[in-house]
Formats: sequence, structure tokens, C-alpha cells
Amino acid sequence: MSKDIVKKDSGSSADDIIILDDVSMVFNIANEQLASLKEYFIKLVRRELYFKEFVALQNISLKVKRGDVIGIVGINGSGKSTLLKIIAGVLEPSKGTCITKGIIAPLIELGAGFDFELTARENIYLNGSLLGYNKEFIDKHFDEIVEFSEIGEFLNLPMKNYSSGMVARIAFSIATVIVPDVLIVDETLAVGDMFFQEKCEARIRKLIEDDDTTVLFVSHDVNQVERICQEALWIDHGVERMYGPAQEVCEAYRSSHGA
Amino acid sequence: MALLTESSKKDLFILKNLISKDFKLKYRRSALGILWSVLNPLLMMMVIAAVFSFIFRFEIENFAVYLIVGLTLFNLMANSTSAAVMSIIGASGLIKKIRVNKLIFPLNTVLFELLNYGLSFIAVVAVMIFFQIMPSLNMLFFPLLLLYVLIFCVGLSLLLSALTVFFRDIIHLWGVVIIAWTYVTPLFYPVDVLAPWMQTVMQFNPMYQFITYLREILMWGITPTLMDNLICLGMALVTLLIGFVVFRKTERKFILHV
Repeated sequence: MSKDIVKKDSGSSADDIIILDDVSMVFNIANEQLASLKEYFIKLVRRELYFKEFVALQNISLKVKRGDVIGIVGINGSGKSTLLKIIAGVLEPSKGTCITKGIIAPLIELGAGFDFELTARENIYLNGSLLGYNKEFIDKHFDEIVEFSEIGEFLNLPMKNYSSGMVARIAFSIATVIVPDVLIVDETLAVGDMFFQEKCEARIRKLIEDDDTTVLFVSHDVNQVERICQEALWIDHGVERMYGPAQEVCEAYRSSHGA
Repeated sequence: MALLTESSKKDLFILKNLISKDFKLKYRRSALGILWSVLNPLLMMMVIAAVFSFIFRFEIENFAVYLIVGLTLFNLMANSTSAAVMSIIGASGLIKKIRVNKLIFPLNTVLFELLNYGLSFIAVVAVMIFFQIMPSLNMLFFPLLLLYVLIFCVGLSLLLSALTVFFRDIIHLWGVVIIAWTYVTPLFYPVDVLAPWMQTVMQFNPMYQFITYLREILMWGITPTLMDNLICLGMALVTLLIGFVVFRKTERKFILHV
């Protein structure tokens, strides 16, 4: 992901690996679906084009240092995923800037571009290229990916014959074969069987401990956030409610929901 | 390759993988496989040649060759743009999930069709051999023409793929446009059966220019003039410019609409 924007920092230390500056995200929701040109122009002429604005994120600022492990908590629809997508560079904020440095491995949506008619071997190259790996890198780490995913003899079968757990294993293996600067982990990690989940968590821990990888961790499981993260951000309806040490934030989050 | 930046190298690798995926999916599990890309234009040519030799007769020398040369090139444009219409919408899964240069998707459809054109060109060569049409040195202009057509198709595909995101009408409309375009391009008939004013208008049809260029170098042994080249290149570049500008201006909003 070499297209990462490296702008001149304004008063932030060189250690900051993610800088969100006053980020807002507004979606225009059309009151009715206008799917045709004719309708569009008729409405345009009559000035009947109304859009309802939906504010998914409002004035979020965040600086993350290299090696930080940050949890993001919030109820469904509070804007967690939108925030992650902005950091991953999939969405562009309507206002404010998001600057990231280095390689980002987004484990938000695993297995992007998987085609189930193709074999696992072919999909590893396809998905790998979409994640920004080059051919040499995949060639070099191919065995590692296959070994970690434990698919063994099924490697050359079309993926439509795989169980969903196996698909998830391959996806996870491809996404984490690289040593990223930033790892974005969504709740999607509930993949595979118990043993594979343990393996996933071990892999993430290794990245945190050995490779100084920055991790953004989103979960409904507040206990897990408390356990893994140093700091936490609580978003409520797109607004930052609280930011600080993980335990304090999780405590406040829990008590506000009466749990 | 030193000119390529790191990110365009990655884009090329993605492109290569997507094209090879399309290729595998198209031909996997069909008994004749790749052969279909050669057979298809041949059968098409036979049907049309039969119809036009019995019903409408035109005085065209080597009618079969005239047909297949024009048809295959026209199909390159028709197929790539028709596929490009859906290219961004079809890639919505990817666009929503990962950060990727969106230009890749319309480019993928055009390059894939170019590959298929390469295969169907085998049929063109076969027909030319059958009718004993000797290629002259003018053949050397062929890569140049392909480049013009490629630029034109990419431009048109960029434009269509971007606009379709906002106006789905184009999905339905483009098929009709292609049919109309088939008839207003002299694929089955010679251009001189048209009234003089129509022939003047015809000069503005890029496909007419490209196909005539191709027939000149393959069949008629005419060396294209500088003017011919400038016209073809000009039309291609203008289309590319429009397509590129529209695409770049709108691509940020794709994700909100796909």
C-alpha cells in the first residue's frame, strides 16, 4: 500500500502512525431511490431533490503511536466500522484528514476478491495482489500461508467445495502473512474452530510483542478489549464519548449500559 | 520497467490476476475451450455472409473477409464497453472492502476483450488465407491501429463504468446503442451505398475510421496517410481524455453508490 499519504506533519511527533484530525463522515441518504436519469432531472428541475443527512462520525480526532494497542468500543451502528474503513483507506472522510504511515493490514473484511470457482492456490495470488503484495512476496511466503491455514491437500480444489471455516482460515492466513505496521482487527475474527481461533490470537499477540505492530481492535466483548488493549476509544452515535486507559473506558462503557 | 512506480506495479499485478481469473472462468469446463473464441467469429461471419449473399447483395470483393475484419474489430469495442458498463458495480464487493485503484476494473474488461480479440484474429487470418489475400507490408501498421482502438475503448469504458454507478439506466441503454452503432457502421455494406451527406456524417464515427483503416492495411494494400493516423489517434485521445476526467472526478463517490 505504497499510496499511503505522507503529508507534512503539523505538530505531531514522528512516532504517530495514525493521525485522525477532526474527521467527520456524512452520508447522503436519498429520501427515495432515484435510479433513473429521467426521474433525476424531473426532480432536479422541480427542486425536489432532498437528501437526508446521516452523520456517521463527528469530529473524531485520534493519534496513535507505533506499537499502541487501541480498542474501540461502542454499540451497533455507533460508527466503529466507518472509522476503521476510513483508517484503512476504503472510505474517504467528508471532512477532516486521516493520515496513516506504513503497511496497513485490514482484517475488516477478509477474503476480498475470493472467487469460489477458482482453487485456493489461485485465490491466494488474487487476494494477495489485492492486499498489495507482489508476486515475489507471495511466491516466497506461499508455503507459509498454506501451512498456517492447514488446508493441505485441498489446495488445488475449487474453493466452492470448501467449508466456510476453511475459507476463513485461508483469508486470515493471507492477510497476516505480512508483518504490518498497523493491524486492524474487526469482530470478524470469530472464524474457524476453537483451535484456529487460538492460533489467530497467538499470531496477533506475536505481532504486538515481537514486531511492535500497532493494533486497532474492535469488539463487543469489553472484557477482551480490557485484556488486550492499553487504551480504548468509546464512540457513541458517531461522537467520541471517552478516550483513555482501556480499563477506565471499558468500566464507564459497561456502567452506562447497565451491564 | 524503471518508469513504473511501486503502486502501479502492484496495480499491474492485480490486473494480471483479474484477467487470468476471467480467462480461466470463461473457458473452464467448456469442451472446446479457447477454440470458441476462434469459432465464434467464423460462425458469425458465415451466418451474416449467407444472409447478405442471398437477400441483400452488395458488390464487395471478398465479402467474407470484408465482414470478418470489420466484425471482429467492432466486437472488440462492443464487448469491452458492454462489460465495462458493469465493471464498477460488479466490483462493489471489492470497492467496499479494500483500498484499490478503481481504474483497474474497466481496464480489466478492456484488456480481457483485447485478449479475446487476439484469439478471434486467428479466425481472421484463417479466412484471409482461405481467400488467398496476401498481406502486404502495410500489415506493420496493425499494432498502431490496435493501440488507437485500445485507447478509444479504455476511454469509453471509463466513461461508461463511472456514469453507470450514478445512473443505472445505462445498463439497459447501452445494449441498444451498440445495436444502433452496428447498423450505422459499414460492417455489412460498403460506405458508398450511402447518400453523400451520410458519408460526410460517417466521418465522425470512430468505428468507421478504425475499421476502414484495418481493411485498408489488411485487404486493400493501402498505406494509411498521416491524416488517417491523426484522425484515428485524435478520436481515441479525445475519448480517453473525457473518460479519464469523468472517472477521476467521480470515483470518490463510487463507494457511496455501489
